[in-house]
Amino acid sequence: MSATRAVTPPDTEARVDRAGPAEPRLGSTLLRHLGLAAVAALLLVAASYGLEPFRNFQLATVAAYLCATAGLTVLTGLNGQLSLGHGALMATGAYTVALCQNAFADAGMTGGWLLPVSLGAAVLAALVVGAVVGVAAARLRGPYLAGVTLAVAVVVPALTVTFDGVFNGEQGLAVPVEPPPVALGAYFPYERWQLWVTAAATLLALLLLANLVRSRYGRTFRAVRDDEVAARLAGIHVARTQVLAFVVSAAGAGLGGALLAVLAQSVSPGAFSLTLSLFLLMAVVIGGLGSLAGAAWGAVLLVALPDLTHALTEQLTLSPAVAQRVEGNLPLAIFGITLVVVMIAAPGGVQGLLSRLSRAVSARRASRQRS
Amino acid sequence: MTRTARRGLALATAITLLVASAACTGDDGGGGGGPVPGVTDTEIVVGTHMPLTGPASAGYSKIAPATKAYFDHVNANGGVHGRKITYKIMDDGYNPANTQQVVRQLVLQDKVFAILNGLGTPTHTGVLDFLKSNRVPDLFVASGSRSWDQPDRYPGTFGFNPDYTVEGKILAQHVKTSLPGRKVCFLGQDDDFGRDSLVGVEKVLGAGAVTAKQTYVTSNTNVAPQIGAFKAAGCQVVILATVPGFTALAVGTAARLNFKPQWLVSNVGADHPTLAKQLGAAAGLLEGMVGANYLPMQNDAADPWIQLFTKVNKEYNGDAPFDGNTVYGMAVGYLFVQVLLAAGKDLTREAVTEAVRKGGYQGPGLAPLRYSDTDHSGYGGQRLTRVSGGTQAYFGPTYETDEGDGPVREHTAPPVAPPANGVPTAS
Repeated sequence: MSATRAVTPPDTEARVDRAGPAEPRLGSTLLRHLGLAAVAALLLVAASYGLEPFRNFQLATVAAYLCATAGLTVLTGLNGQLSLGHGALMATGAYTVALCQNAFADAGMTGGWLLPVSLGAAVLAALVVGAVVGVAAARLRGPYLAGVTLAVAVVVPALTVTFDGVFNGEQGLAVPVEPPPVALGAYFPYERWQLWVTAAATLLALLLLANLVRSRYGRTFRAVRDDEVAARLAGIHVARTQVLAFVVSAAGAGLGGALLAVLAQSVSPGAFSLTLSLFLLMAVVIGGLGSLAGAAWGAVLLVALPDLTHALTEQLTLSPAVAQRVEGNLPLAIFGITLVVVMIAAPGGVQGLLSRLSRAVSARRASRQRS
Repeated sequence: MTRTARRGLALATAITLLVASAACTGDDGGGGGGPVPGVTDTEIVVGTHMPLTGPASAGYSKIAPATKAYFDHVNANGGVHGRKITYKIMDDGYNPANTQQVVRQLVLQDKVFAILNGLGTPTHTGVLDFLKSNRVPDLFVASGSRSWDQPDRYPGTFGFNPDYTVEGKILAQHVKTSLPGRKVCFLGQDDDFGRDSLVGVEKVLGAGAVTAKQTYVTSNTNVAPQIGAFKAAGCQVVILATVPGFTALAVGTAARLNFKPQWLVSNVGADHPTLAKQLGAAAGLLEGMVGANYLPMQNDAADPWIQLFTKVNKEYNGDAPFDGNTVYGMAVGYLFVQVLLAAGKDLTREAVTEAVRKGGYQGPGLAPLRYSDTDHSGYGGQRLTRVSGGTQAYFGPTYETDEGDGPVREHTAPPVAPPANGVPTAS
């Protein structure tokens, strides 16, 4: 199964096969993850008060992308299936949220419970699409799998133009989102509220994913990735495992797309082009395929990079014509170059590099204590 | 055990520090009473979103640099009430998703005073609510969609172009009077741009008068099916509600299919230099094309406005090729400076929208600007143009009409001359 092994970052095997950390962990996995989520929530609330509105919006965007990159990490990093179509699954979630919210608005319904219902519907819709694609994907390997998911990435945005009566073509749909609850005060910044909503949804998704990865299912995902024959001998149903991984991953992407639509208060096919699907994959590879922390780095990269390139082009005094061309294409170029450099210098991605560094430091400290 | 404790302590410390620092910064809601965003004693910062790349960049990418050049000219002459105008141009690639991002960056991060001349029907429609909830003046949108003219819903949004329904009526009036009895067909962009235009055409010609109606999307650069359908339907006149790239595509594709109707093109897709550049060696296909416009013709060297804009283009725009987009961009800049002057020395967002609502502005346009308390649309009429012998020129009278069922009337007021140094003075 060399095709599936090809996407296994070298760093993960070493880390996954190590028999636990140096000292026994305290308490159950669930409790530890809950604690981490609570700490992250506290940090985010603090950040939402400390940061400017635009930074809040960007952080919320990172959170939305993180749902998608975390899902893709589970699929590609843990289960070894390549997907070039996750942008399309995000679009599925985004359009579902738009249609639900519009339906609620047309029916004159208001209330804080509508948005969670819409988000749930978006996750379900992406889950269904993911199951369909996953069933096909489970029968395919390597380049054929890439081809099918690529087709999905191209077809789904095109559907919005074909059925423009429902999806309003390239102009897309508005997503009516209610202002923050009155209880928070009349002048509660809208961007802070956006961050709270997206961060809450993302933390919940990450908590579920983190538990899944540490569970029996996570182990079967990895077993199938590492050696299908051995997994089959151990009694693992390979195809079922692969479909499950695809479904879980699609749900994450659907939630991510839905949150993006809520943030932008609109949805259009241009937001979910093939480029986005490729960017997602590049982001998780650069971030580090081995763990959910790598997905977080990837999501940060997705938001920070266009911003950085814009700042860069503003610093350079270019002629208008050159600035035009650079502005649109520089992010792509930088992403590509970063990918190449990371693959050469740190095949485990940003997270792999960080964990290697921390291990080196602790090893040196240990040797110093011994001497 | 000790490691866990140490980690917990470190985290707790970090959180405490963060919360403390957050509490110190407090809330700067940017509410009333504080300084006006984007305005200092020496500077006004305004922003825009433009398709510098992507399917609609042909021609349109030159608009914002022209506006900026005009502002530089004004700044060199002392600015407005002693303030220089800084114009931040953001590329959205004509992709509504990008527009969301860049407009948020302009408003929340760059703290612009206003959004000026944001381009595109599908792109700008998506940011109306965001601009409204942040109380950002949304001036002179570069599109003729009727969405900008909703004073009750979007009090801070104002159009600039004649709306597409008005334009559809004027183009259809030409068909009715000069090309009676011909089979009329319509190709429009698959959004409010195409839809509004078709409404205007059908108001004049009648609901069943258009033989074939087709739409296109900017992400698909193949219009052969649509043009093929026109040919099959025996169309003699084709009305185009298209951006320049797709006007050129439609004309080129028709020639390949050996189909030669009379083209009537929306003002936003009829600039001859832009189209000729797109078609290259096939520019001759534009011969006889009827378009619409409402600003001085770019090749009319006798027009004082064109003389002024050519001079500004030479001095502040690197002598870029001069076309209808250049004229358009500078006309927008001129109107904005007029409005800033009228808003007074004590510049606030309310003062600027109030100044636009007061109306009464006269500039390079042939048709009247309609701004009032109840009307937020821009120019109210157009004059037809024709390409003959490779140059585009006006013919016939200037028409004006409304977006309702009103008649298409001739507008006879003479145009005004520009001020001597090209900078408006407070009236």
